[in-house]
Amino acid sequence: MTAVLQARGLGKRYGRHWALSDCTLDIPAGHVVGLVGPNGAGKTTLLNLASGHLTPTTGEITVLGGRPGTDPNQLRKVGFVAQDTPTYAGFTVAEHLRLGARLNPGWDDATARDRIARLGLDPGQRAGTLSGGQRAQLALTIGIAKRPELLILDEPVAALDPLARREFMQGLLEAAVEHELSVVLSSHLVSDLERACDYLVVLVDSRVQVAGEVEELLATHHRLAGPRRDPDQLPRDQRVVSASHTDRQSTFIVRTDSAIHDPVWTVSQLSLEDLVLTYLDSSTRVAPRPVLEVQR
Amino acid sequence: MIEFHLDERSGLSPYLQLVRQVRQAMRLGLLREGDQLPTVKDVVARLAINPNTVLKAYRELEHEGLVAARPGVGTFVSATLTDGSLAAHGPLRQELRRWLAKARRAGLDEESIEALFLTTFRTSAGEEIA
Repeated sequence: MTAVLQARGLGKRYGRHWALSDCTLDIPAGHVVGLVGPNGAGKTTLLNLASGHLTPTTGEITVLGGRPGTDPNQLRKVGFVAQDTPTYAGFTVAEHLRLGARLNPGWDDATARDRIARLGLDPGQRAGTLSGGQRAQLALTIGIAKRPELLILDEPVAALDPLARREFMQGLLEAAVEHELSVVLSSHLVSDLERACDYLVVLVDSRVQVAGEVEELLATHHRLAGPRRDPDQLPRDQRVVSASHTDRQSTFIVRTDSAIHDPVWTVSQLSLEDLVLTYLDSSTRVAPRPVLEVQR
Repeated sequence: MIEFHLDERSGLSPYLQLVRQVRQAMRLGLLREGDQLPTVKDVVARLAINPNTVLKAYRELEHEGLVAARPGVGTFVSATLTDGSLAAHGPLRQELRRWLAKARRAGLDEESIEALFLTTFRTSAGEEIA
């Protein structure tokens, strides 16, 4: 299966500020990918690079095997719903669909009309008078009816109330099944993504902290609590992600593929939220240990 | 047809919750052999969960021999879990009710009753395995 998104050493600089640096990713197709990180972490920059709205300063990125935004075929394969799901306030719902049909060669008018009818939207109503949830659904409808292979959404539910959030995610995931879409969406809240995503990318301070299938991430991260110890004393196959100590106790979050046998530790599993927070919290985060190489 | 629901605080992964709800519905006779499970699309659209979660749950049930997928049609219940034990539910429930009344008369509150039941359940389950 081809990768939906591959990045190698990808970076984007604005003046002297790096919005994204040294980003290496290999995301397989067929996933709903969640991109999480605090505001300003570089999520929008990464998504704009993937959709071809920005060009990289360093490194390279390929999306569905092609360079983003370069040729009509590539544009057809990738749908993009920008931050706050923008619509044209003065255009009616029907005019949005006509515009979508005009701009997108693969436009699926039946799907678009069906969705608008099911949502109970009045085709004659101007987008400016729709509720936030309805506007988001209209933007989503256009993204789906374009019939892309990959749909990228930047913080699509951030401004919505809980019910509208739920309805938006229902529509998005239903479309993912129906049209075999790969989806990449960003949020600064893990709870928005927890049920929906099966692949997660955590971005902090312009860098990818961790990326992988949610199930695998949950299975390989453990919390160890026990008597105070230096992280360097842990087995080498346990990568220490975070460490915190009291005068007597140490608590580590480690990532490892093997079982933890040392009986001094009370081992517990992490929730997805805890896992993400571990990578977000710079006060306890431990930098990866350098790999020791044998000198010849 | 059954309707799935998810409990955020159960501590169980969503996929396991789906598997258990099907088994539970089969045990209670709400799902019988030949009944269709909701399509993946329906479950996803209702619960707003990842499609692979539903697929995984259905594959697990298939692996256990409880359901069978008919390509292009859907997933159907292909076994029965009630196997006559359903008839015993009534009398057992009555006995349990009598026991509960006795426990309350003896001064046990809800939590103590639950704790007593669970510890007894676990020890007797442990003895049967050993």
